[in-house]
Amino acid sequence: MQKEYKTIREIAGPLVFVEKTEPVGYGELVQIAMPDGSTKRGQVLDTSKDIVVVQVFEGTSGIDRASGVKFLGETIKLSVSKDMLGRIFNGAGEPIDGGAPIVPEKRSEIIGAAINPYSRASPHEFIQTGISTIDGLNTLVMGQKLPIFSGSGLPHNDIALQIARQAKTLGSDREFAVVFAGMGITNEEAHYFMSDFERTGALSRAVVFMNLASDPAVERLITPRIALTAAEYLAFEHGYDILVILTDMTNYCEALRQIGAAREEVPGRRGYPGYMYTDLAQNYERAGLIKGKAGSVTQVPILTMPGDDITHPIPDLTGYITEGQIVVSRELHRKGIYPPIFVLPSLSRLMNAGIGEGQTREDHKQLSDQLYAAYAEGVDLRGLVAIVGKEALSERDQRLLEFSDDFEDRFVRQGREIDRHIGDDTLELGWDMISALPESALTRIDKKIMSQYHPAYRDKNKK
Amino acid sequence: MEVKAKGEIFRVSGPVVTAEGISPRMYDVVLVGHEKLMGEVIRLEGDKSTIQVYEDTSGIRPGEPVENTGESLSVELGPGLLRSIYDGIQRPLPVLRDSMGDYILRGVTAPGLDHTVKWDFKATAKAGDEVNGGDILGTVQETPTIVHKILVPPKVSGKIKSIKKGKYTVDEVIGTLEDGTELQLMHKWPVREPRPFSRKHPPDIPLVTGTRILDSLFPIAKGGTAAIPGGFGTGKTVIQQTLAKWSDAQIVVYVGCGERGNEMTEVLTEFPHLKDPKTGGPLMDRTVLIANTSNMPVAAREASVYTGITLAEYYRDQGYDVSLMADSTSRWAEAMREISSRLEEMPGEEGYPAYLASRLSEFYERAGRVETMAGDDGSVTVIGAVSPAGGDFSEPVTQNTLRIVKVFWALDSKLAQKRHFPAINWLTSYSLYNRVLGDWYSENASEKWSDNIATTMAILQEESELQEIVQLVGSDALPEDQQLTLEVARLLREFYLQQNAFHDVDTYCKLNVQAEFLDVILYYKELAEAALASGISVPNLTGIPVLEELGRSKFEENFIDLLPKLRKRIKNEISGLKED
Repeated sequence: MQKEYKTIREIAGPLVFVEKTEPVGYGELVQIAMPDGSTKRGQVLDTSKDIVVVQVFEGTSGIDRASGVKFLGETIKLSVSKDMLGRIFNGAGEPIDGGAPIVPEKRSEIIGAAINPYSRASPHEFIQTGISTIDGLNTLVMGQKLPIFSGSGLPHNDIALQIARQAKTLGSDREFAVVFAGMGITNEEAHYFMSDFERTGALSRAVVFMNLASDPAVERLITPRIALTAAEYLAFEHGYDILVILTDMTNYCEALRQIGAAREEVPGRRGYPGYMYTDLAQNYERAGLIKGKAGSVTQVPILTMPGDDITHPIPDLTGYITEGQIVVSRELHRKGIYPPIFVLPSLSRLMNAGIGEGQTREDHKQLSDQLYAAYAEGVDLRGLVAIVGKEALSERDQRLLEFSDDFEDRFVRQGREIDRHIGDDTLELGWDMISALPESALTRIDKKIMSQYHPAYRDKNKK
Repeated sequence: MEVKAKGEIFRVSGPVVTAEGISPRMYDVVLVGHEKLMGEVIRLEGDKSTIQVYEDTSGIRPGEPVENTGESLSVELGPGLLRSIYDGIQRPLPVLRDSMGDYILRGVTAPGLDHTVKWDFKATAKAGDEVNGGDILGTVQETPTIVHKILVPPKVSGKIKSIKKGKYTVDEVIGTLEDGTELQLMHKWPVREPRPFSRKHPPDIPLVTGTRILDSLFPIAKGGTAAIPGGFGTGKTVIQQTLAKWSDAQIVVYVGCGERGNEMTEVLTEFPHLKDPKTGGPLMDRTVLIANTSNMPVAAREASVYTGITLAEYYRDQGYDVSLMADSTSRWAEAMREISSRLEEMPGEEGYPAYLASRLSEFYERAGRVETMAGDDGSVTVIGAVSPAGGDFSEPVTQNTLRIVKVFWALDSKLAQKRHFPAINWLTSYSLYNRVLGDWYSENASEKWSDNIATTMAILQEESELQEIVQLVGSDALPEDQQLTLEVARLLREFYLQQNAFHDVDTYCKLNVQAEFLDVILYYKELAEAALASGISVPNLTGIPVLEELGRSKFEENFIDLLPKLRKRIKNEISGLKED
């Protein structure tokens, strides 16, 4: 039986300072008994012979100096089991769907140790999301972490849901199990996700963790860790391919800042703590493949860029850790294009490993480079047209300009329920569009690929 | 390790632990807690010592024991370093995996070198020789391509009493000095202390990289320093890896400091399969990898660059040209910031500690081409990636780095978005070695080298000015000669400066090919300008088919043989044009 201390010295924001304790371990779990008989949970943030600082997950309201504090002698663990699939939990990992408690197969530390880089396997398997701008130009690869950078009011949730619904591998048509972690999302958003999961039957292959906007902010700090612990367990112990959706990482970072401020830490950029990079990395890096193990963890975190500013610390630090980003654009959204994915600042770093012969098609790389280059040039020309008018452009430039509009209208735009095949739909559409450009503008494509895939030649060659 | 003093933990706050009862020196290595986590003393205050711990501290309690080893953080130097893959404090990752599984747990120590392998030692020094620190005792064939020279440890000197040859492990005695000092194949060296050399040479030999924009426009000298700043997605890592693969350094030390796990894995899986273009053997035979990913303990990240540069200096002392890639130094600076803020130090700019600038300059100053203690020439070239927050080069790490380094390869997100790779901005980048290396290039690449480079830079500069006008009035409004300049600039940009690091042929361009390629483009410029003066129109001149052919030919294996033919075709096609 653990000792209960009634020696709270100070309570500040989400933090409780306890003195005159016996030695307490760093990161240990804490239980606080309040005067009304209820309990709250917390974690040790700083421990010394004089004083112990506890961060309380459910907020400190109702705690007084007479409350009893118990140190449980272990760090936070999650009870994991295969039965978690199809279940809904709160942000701290307790079931909230009225079902039976989880009978643990194992209790895992939620602070995941780093995977030894030597034990990792290189991600290389193509995932087809059915969205042309992702599959064709910013390919998602199994084991990758590819965030969606969005803004308030943009349809990032739809994109995430579409990915979750359509994601599959080409060869075996393996489907993914989804681990979903909502952090500080509104009840409405939560409902939207849940009803889509139920409508499509995806819920039976999903584990859902919900920390709502009204739940304590501090709890948000453990929600992604809990979700990733469940994901790693299902992937590496049971061989599932897991797609983890974390939304919204911006709320997570706000919670991080809140704790930092309460601890009176020296703030870094825009008040976010200096260790935010390390902290985010500890979450994002929990994706990948392990040599000799069957499953995989692929992450699609979503974050809303405050003020659509990609240089804001949250998207900035995220971009330095993740393997690329999918950028959602307000301008395309205003034009009524769904999914409003702006490919120019988007990037998938692992794309080259997942495309080409044997994965998608040999022409994939060159075609995507060409589409990128032509679209970038076309978008540049729009600025010029606004000043000099379309007539002043050369023939080549006019066609590039038209291409960029066509690209947005046909390649980027697709329906929420449209699942495009990489070769038959996405790449063919790409060829169809660039064949409108003069051949001299197609410098990214070599002769061999041209003669085999360019609509002007391939039919001739077939004969 | 020997234990000098014992005390106990007073406080634990993340990676920072305060202990009492030991009286260590600064930077002594201590073992913390029952699990003996490795840490380093970074501050002393009264009886309390502050320790940064290299491993996760969850569950560690006040009152647990702390032991001082009395040694500072050191690495083991000897045969077996090459082909190794280490974490930030020289623990071999494969050994860690064997002892703790796929995840990096804590409390495991592993020596940097394998102490069981026997190396065939050939003595070159003999009994009776007077030797000093850094002198060569003999050699060991470390990998098929690299001969490892066994050095007298710095700070040791005397007359050799006996020396043996034959097969020995790194810690067996291979000889003794008259004063009784025992010599082994390995010795230890503290990472925070630069290794001694006799004097520094001026940097006047280039590090040839095979990347056209770097060798031609912004070259780096052997023993020089370069910074690659760029926002995320601009291709820092690809450039670093390309340099590691192809630059003509004999030894490569690659430090992945706080970067992505999957990216390190790519390096770890790819390097062993890559062929060294010079020897034909695996590239790994001349490489040491240090991988400390972003989610591994922050204190070990701080140490990883020092570990890397110490290994680099050790091979320099054997007379090799070594290049050290640090990706990324910003993560190192952030590790300093994180630890500094846990110490509640007064922050400088953007929360970085006030000593950021001095730490950076101390680190880059360890680069250089030197005469070693043994009288050979060796060099350490340092190429540091910088990841500026928000892609903004005015932030402290970039600015403090630029004050020290001589070469600046500015990565540009605009170029990256247009898929212009390497996305090095030719207008903002610079190299201060340009002038001193000019003579070398004239001798070894082409007599016209310096002139051609100057012409190229002038065209690119003129293009940027013309582009501003084109943005306003369109290119058709420009006079014809300027339209032609734009076309030549396009050829330079798209054909010469763009280079595909993932293409088998294009990834590495030999120096003589670079010289000839550039000369052919400028040859076109010369002829086209003359033709323009004789009344041939710009669209005709820019429309000749050989130009696109030139762009595609660089991907051909026999590009060097094609160039003279292309040159001839340029001449024929231009002279075949008629006046309008």
